[in-house]
Amino acid sequence: MVEETPWQQALRYANRANPYPFYEELRRTPVARQPDGTYVVSTYQEIVALLHDPRVSSDVRKLPVPVAAPAEGSAEAEPITEAVISLEPNIITQDPPEHDRDRRMMTPRFVGPPHSPHLISDLEPEIRRIVDGLLDNMQGKTRFDAVDEFAYPLPVTVICKVLGVPLEDEPRFHSWIETALDALDFGPEAASEEMQSRLAGGRRAVQEFGQFAADLLDRYARQPGPGMLSAMVNEDGPEERMSQGVLASNALLLIFAGHETTVNLIAHSVLTLLRHPDALEKLRRRPELIVPGVEELLRFESSVQFWHTRSAVEDIDIAGTTIPKGAPIFLAYGSANRDPQRFTDPDELDLERCDNQHLGFSQGIHFCFGAPLARLEVQVAVGEFVRRVQNPRLVEDPPPYRHNQIFRGPRHVLVDIDGIHD
Amino acid sequence: MTLRATVEELVREFRANGRIVIVGASLAGLRAAETLRAEGFTGSLTIIGDEPYEPYDRPPLSKQVLKGWVPADHTKLPRMREVDADWRLGVAATGLDRDTKQVRLADGEQVPYDRLLIATGTRARQWPNPSEAALYGVHTIRSRDDAAQLQKALAESPSRVLVIGAGFIGSEVASVCRELDIPVTVVERGSAPLVGALGGVIGEIAAQMQREHGVDLRCGLGVSSLEGDSGGHVRRAHLSDGTTVDADVVVASLGSIRNVEWLEGSGLAAGFWGVGCDAGGRAFDINGVVTDSIYVAGDVARAPHVLYEYQFLAMEHWDNAVLGAEVAAHNMVNLEPNYRPHLLLPGFWSGQFGVNIKSVGVPPFGDEIVFTQGSVEERRFAAAYGHGGRIVAAVTFDHGKWLEYYGKLIEQSGPFPPPPPGWDQPPDMKPVPAEFPDPRVPTAIPDVVLTGHAPSERTAEFRPRRH
Ligand SMILES: Cc1cc2nc3c(=O)[nH]c(=O)nc-3n(C[C@H](O)[C@H](O)[C@H](O)COP(=O)(O)OP(=O)(O)OC[C@H]3O[C@@H](n4cnc5c(N)ncnc54)[C@H](O)[C@@H]3O)c2cc1C
Repeated sequence: MVEETPWQQALRYANRANPYPFYEELRRTPVARQPDGTYVVSTYQEIVALLHDPRVSSDVRKLPVPVAAPAEGSAEAEPITEAVISLEPNIITQDPPEHDRDRRMMTPRFVGPPHSPHLISDLEPEIRRIVDGLLDNMQGKTRFDAVDEFAYPLPVTVICKVLGVPLEDEPRFHSWIETALDALDFGPEAASEEMQSRLAGGRRAVQEFGQFAADLLDRYARQPGPGMLSAMVNEDGPEERMSQGVLASNALLLIFAGHETTVNLIAHSVLTLLRHPDALEKLRRRPELIVPGVEELLRFESSVQFWHTRSAVEDIDIAGTTIPKGAPIFLAYGSANRDPQRFTDPDELDLERCDNQHLGFSQGIHFCFGAPLARLEVQVAVGEFVRRVQNPRLVEDPPPYRHNQIFRGPRHVLVDIDGIHD
Repeated sequence: MTLRATVEELVREFRANGRIVIVGASLAGLRAAETLRAEGFTGSLTIIGDEPYEPYDRPPLSKQVLKGWVPADHTKLPRMREVDADWRLGVAATGLDRDTKQVRLADGEQVPYDRLLIATGTRARQWPNPSEAALYGVHTIRSRDDAAQLQKALAESPSRVLVIGAGFIGSEVASVCRELDIPVTVVERGSAPLVGALGGVIGEIAAQMQREHGVDLRCGLGVSSLEGDSGGHVRRAHLSDGTTVDADVVVASLGSIRNVEWLEGSGLAAGFWGVGCDAGGRAFDINGVVTDSIYVAGDVARAPHVLYEYQFLAMEHWDNAVLGAEVAAHNMVNLEPNYRPHLLLPGFWSGQFGVNIKSVGVPPFGDEIVFTQGSVEERRFAAAYGHGGRIVAAVTFDHGKWLEYYGKLIEQSGPFPPPPPGWDQPPDMKPVPAEFPDPRVPTAIPDVVLTGHAPSERTAEFRPRRH
């Protein structure tokens, strides 16, 4: 049997809780060609260079199919891109100029500036109210699940409100998202029978989810309502309007991204702080550290560990390697954020870290669209958790992880507590 | 004690009890002071500034302040750390005595130093005819007070504003006027706006942008005189082609003058283009010998740059002030081999007519230009400047996110034309002449100037011996 590369090992489910030792090995070859022809980039400098390189495409339609050579014992082509390609492009799978135009249209309605700079900050009272409610609900408990009862409900409620998605539909799209996420596997286990059957389910889920988004937009086209989606359907001048398909695809993206990444970030933040009682105590004493602290948590356990839809449109010479035209490129953010060439003592959690330009939200033109909202949510949630939860202790370490490698996060984080302060 | 130990002791002693004086209490001065403290300097620190204000930020003055979004007195620079300095604000330095190591102040006082940082920046070039410059309604814009006055004048809805000089600041003022729906005429001696900084090809695009936004732009012309009414208020300008423009607000944006007069007689290499220094910020004397105790940073400094054939660069850029100050301050409290160079790749941004313009490198060093990304029609593009087959600068219009890529290429002396992008290619990717004006033609002075000459050009003439 062929020996596994550090990258393949990092992707094994058994290593989900701690992929970092494998990343460390991976960084010895900053740009590493994988057996399947993919180039995995694991060092900070190189990733940043590629994020700003106009010879790198994010358009999945430009990806050579199949991405992967069929894994051992399987005739299946790489599944993920197919499922994604079946949707219309959205802002993460587009290149300029389409990317720039669509993102430009969405920005003022979501992140605000320059037209409505207070869009996000005005949500703060609402976010506080939700977080307070979640913590109030724990009063009287001695144990709770920081994922199901804390990390999950906040981002979901907020994104539904921002986008104008009825909260009562949440269970439906939640299960589609879970199914789709569980179907993605980039590691050596992808070929297993189990993954193959999950894959079929995942494709169905993506399709149904796409239909859901399209229906919702149709409804808003007939009768405008609150939130960003309705605004995107109704407020544009005719020449600027996105096609229905592209709109639906972006709607799906926003629901999905607003749903998943923040959940993992809050869950990881709680987990990380419970593993570092000194940091937790420091944050309790100096609540103002929440702002740099959240940046450090983003660096330490970045929500998106790597991104997989980029490819080289030309030959690119980088770090002594030529990424040939047409090759898929995986950018390993989770590794870059622990690169000792960029961050001193990268495996230490330092809430006061200076010069913390992590890649937790990526960089360049695809910089996370929801970053301002995510920051605010996590700052409020983690800040209040630290302030109100009495003597929290991890029940199980490491906790069980979800299957997905990109949106890596714990499935449950059980916490024992003495109580909840007011 | 060994010599080495003695030197180390001296450095320790200086850091603990030395006296450092900074002249110029603005961006470079403040950032230098903060760096000195961050580097562990605990001696006495005096900061001398002729403006009565604590350090404030200038870029917003010609943008947010003029629009009325931010009051001029709300531009104070954020403090990065405690500087614990003796601030002498509202008093100018008038002389430098290097023998006794003292800075002379306008109020007659003398301030002794062990090490001195010169950060006196530049001032606005005034309209050359003093009586016309004194007319009510004639403005320049450099300081907080300038901006406050001009903002007030614009808020009173003048019938027309005349902007003389279409460099970055003049163009920004014109843009603000249009945003406020004030009629504006721009007169530029060069062939187009921004030609000094970005060349004629980009200048032509800037010109179209101005005209599309309703600016009455007149290039290749000068203003010969300003005319006031009996109340001493400016009313009219006479142009070099014999025409006139009626305006009740005139903004002279004629470039800047380096604040070096106070250094006269000091024996430093100070002149029209600023104070010469090495790449570590150490000032040169008039013989080209580096000094040990005097440093320079910010707009007033000019230093050789390795990427530009060691020509001296004077850069009137925010980044340059910050990074130059940090390097100079570091070197002031360290010794060889721990000196650091200030090898910033110049960079600039400007906002006008709804477009974010950024550049990196030194465009006037280039003689060719090629559009590399995007679309000129849509005013969203990137273009690269080349010299001798390598890329030396780039400019973006609403494409700033790609600047980092070009910056890397420039640092690596990458090829020109640069490798084509994979998507969003402009229809025409053929290099053309960048059309910078002949440096001898007077025009708005660019913000980055090459003040040396390339040795290979052999343009200097040596005089024959006469005896
Ligand atoms: C309106 C405006 C808009 C700008 N916009 C941009 C922009 O968009 N992007 C960009 O990159 N840059 C911009 N700049 C340039 C940027 O502001 C300067 O590069 C920066 O201010 C330089 O800092 P400095 O400390 O070197 O000099 P200055 O800010 O000029 O400070 C020098 C200080 O020294 C004082 N001084 C002078 N002589 C003496 C003396 N003899 N004794 C005591 N004090 C003295 C001066 O009064 C002044 O306060 C802009 C500048 C202006 C004026």
